[in-house]
Amino acid sequence: MTVERVGSSPNRVGGIDRVTGAQQYVADIRLADALEVRLVTLDCGHARIISIDTSAAEQVPGVRLVMTAADLPQPVPRFGPQFIDRPVIAVGETKYHGEPVAAVAADTKDAAEEAARLVRVEYEELPAIVTIAAALDPDAELVEDPSLRPDDPLARTNVLREHRFGWGDVDAADADLIVEGRYTFPIVTHFAIEPHAFMAAPDGDGIAIWSSIQHPNWLQRIVASVLQMPLSKVRVYAPDPGGGFGGKQHTKLEPLIAFMALRTGRPCRLILSLEQTFQQVRRTCADVHVRTGLRADGTLVFQDVKADYLIGAYADIADRVVAKGSYPAAGPYRVPNVRILARSVLSHTTPATAFRGFGNPQVNWAVESNLDEGARTLGIDRLEIRLRNVAGRGDALNPVDTHCDGDWQQTVRTAAELIEWGSPLPPGRGRGIALGFKSGPTTGLSYSTVRLLSDGSVLVFAGTSDMGQGARTIFAQIAATELGVPLERITVISGDTAVVPYDQQTSASRSTVLMGNAILRACRDVQDQVRAMAARLHGIDESAITVEQGTVRLPDGEVPIIDILKPGLGRMGGELIGNGMSRKDAEPSHPLQGTAAFFEFNCTAIEAAVDEATGDITIFRHVTVSDVGKALNPLQVAMQDEGAAIQGLGHTLMEHYIYDDHGRIRNAGAIDYRIPTSMDLPFELRSAIVENEDGPGPYGAKGMSEGALLCVAPAVAAAVREATGAVIHELPLTPERVWAALQERPVTGQDEEARQ
Amino acid sequence: MTEMIATVPIEITVNGRRRALEVAAHHSLLDVLRDELELTGTKECCLVGECGACTVLLDGRIVDSCLVLAVEADGAEITTVEGLGPEGRLSALQQAFLDKGAVQCGFCTPGQLVAAQALLAENAHPAVPEIQEGLAGNLCRCACYEQITEAVLAVAEGDDR
Repeated sequence: MTVERVGSSPNRVGGIDRVTGAQQYVADIRLADALEVRLVTLDCGHARIISIDTSAAEQVPGVRLVMTAADLPQPVPRFGPQFIDRPVIAVGETKYHGEPVAAVAADTKDAAEEAARLVRVEYEELPAIVTIAAALDPDAELVEDPSLRPDDPLARTNVLREHRFGWGDVDAADADLIVEGRYTFPIVTHFAIEPHAFMAAPDGDGIAIWSSIQHPNWLQRIVASVLQMPLSKVRVYAPDPGGGFGGKQHTKLEPLIAFMALRTGRPCRLILSLEQTFQQVRRTCADVHVRTGLRADGTLVFQDVKADYLIGAYADIADRVVAKGSYPAAGPYRVPNVRILARSVLSHTTPATAFRGFGNPQVNWAVESNLDEGARTLGIDRLEIRLRNVAGRGDALNPVDTHCDGDWQQTVRTAAELIEWGSPLPPGRGRGIALGFKSGPTTGLSYSTVRLLSDGSVLVFAGTSDMGQGARTIFAQIAATELGVPLERITVISGDTAVVPYDQQTSASRSTVLMGNAILRACRDVQDQVRAMAARLHGIDESAITVEQGTVRLPDGEVPIIDILKPGLGRMGGELIGNGMSRKDAEPSHPLQGTAAFFEFNCTAIEAAVDEATGDITIFRHVTVSDVGKALNPLQVAMQDEGAAIQGLGHTLMEHYIYDDHGRIRNAGAIDYRIPTSMDLPFELRSAIVENEDGPGPYGAKGMSEGALLCVAPAVAAAVREATGAVIHELPLTPERVWAALQERPVTGQDEEARQ
Repeated sequence: MTEMIATVPIEITVNGRRRALEVAAHHSLLDVLRDELELTGTKECCLVGECGACTVLLDGRIVDSCLVLAVEADGAEITTVEGLGPEGRLSALQQAFLDKGAVQCGFCTPGQLVAAQALLAENAHPAVPEIQEGLAGNLCRCACYEQITEAVLAVAEGDDR
């Protein structure tokens, strides 16, 4: 039997169900007697609700409940991961397009849809704030009721929070050149192919919830608090999400569905459409102003970054996105003086939330592009300026944070070699190179239980959500390595809070490191028990025995674990139960309340050309290199990096929300909002990794899977700039935007020649 | 009103099995597959024929089952992801998707597999651009497009179908 240890690439655990259609996502689970739920929403972003008449809707045969705020406990409970601001259902006012004012539960979808149409809402449309400028206008209406923010000096503005980070003294710093630029990043959405789905059912004297959620334990906590039930009475089933990308981290409509299930006494299910999912989750857009100070030799002297991020009508986790995303704005460089001011700005838009890369791609786009401007002005090669400033192992970045934890020069040089930086280019082509940098998790808590059963097969309990990143496979490989068991004899159990021990969350590329370490420790707990068993069986001292990677070494030879386990358990059978925990505590005095567990570091290099007639960008080569510490499954690492790279091409080339004057998303859905297809790929996409086994996870692994998205935009824009001379500070780089920039580009002799 | 919804009798053959059904005139083939026949391998996402998650074979042609009314499928032979593999085994494409890493979250996978099967039925030895064009109607947000292409290519080259 082959044992697929870490470092090999066995087929995905759970893969067979995914190719046969047997994999059950939330919408595929059938609960007997379930009611279908449909939402009632208004056709504008912001409105005052005058009255709701449910009488006609209630007459529709098969309708069991039409719920409005009036049917909920008063005041209507609010919730949120960071601020307790979001009501279970709209109360008196809707603040974003798609916020439900009522919800219908009926025996069939048809009845629910018809009744939802018959709910009569009288409302007064109010002006909707959908841009940063409008929100910051001193006369702007306040998105959030100031009474919800007592003692907050910003309560009478639309700024939810201001975050200031930095060190040194930017104003006193002596630079030979100061480069200044303003960059904007659009609103984009996760577009997981599985739209969000929720179910709830009465469960004895408690409630059961099904959700396509990344953080089942966090959802459990919020539902328990909203329903005022003990945690033990709230059971969250979290089937593997069909793509998450951060959009499925936090509680959305589960509390509403839970109240409906309790009220009707029947299971209730709400499967959102893709358009409704657009109204539920999106990335923060940003307006970033950056001043970079440089010496004549290209050495960085200071970075001065002001970033305004437009968050939605409710905070969700977006303010954390702003803080944690802007905090590393100075990049993976040695910069002696740094000043960062980031603001989260409320608006009447879809609540912004986490999205792969968190808030980093926004500032990364600005700061990396601005560094290129500096290099150009100083006549320094763009690769060279990065190699000159990038931190070396152990160098301080932010002085109060984790120091450089990898050989980042190696990553940059690898990317430069793969793109053949410096070699002659065909006419009309340009290259760009950029560095991506993101702080890993700042806190973490994961528990795992590993059960070695009497036949030597293994159950691994781990509360991570496997949303495509392949967590189950990695976890099974760790157990295989430690216990010497082939993958087909290992089952990884997740997605049920009544069965699986607590895990804080599946985010920030943490699971290989934090849950991985918990599993490793649980396996080592099992190994310790095997050692005790071997000592008892052989009548020798435990210290004479070692258990390693599935093998028990005795003074007179070695045997596989199973040869100790079977006689050790004896005729009654039984099992060995190992427990492991992995914890990274908060540090209250730290600016982010915790240092980075690791950094995600990536270098992306692009070779591109532009069609002068249309502005259409063709990417010939896309190289992405990530420092992953150790690839526990190299194929999965490549899949994650390449997927992140292509997702990065989405916000770089084509994706953006368009709001109209009524605060409605004009391009919600798959027709008008385009994501990369198989026809939008670079001609050559090459991913590579750097492995120095220098991460804090099992076997030296670091977290990965966001890095390859972080700096796609600046690398592409730089290639466009080199190919055409066009300077663009706004994303996405749509053909019309590129074409317009081509018309406005500064004319130089060389460009003139090129155009003839 | 629910009780007044007109139903129409249809007969379809799904994955080789004949099914006689009473379907609502406005329900799509996707609705019927998922809700009436409980074949939930076919996925629901965009409902406007853009994402390809609901792709099935209808008399050998690929269709977005969200855009086909169930009544239009009367008399047709339908193949869904559940019908791709021989009884209890994986098809060559299904195996190649696993071997090449063409599956991440898996939500688009059924549609990708059905579309790839149809592509190979029409063109036994497609070139890479033909595969990319042939599968352009199937979105994958995990974006394992390269691996999906490799999987299709591996089956085409191996001719093991």
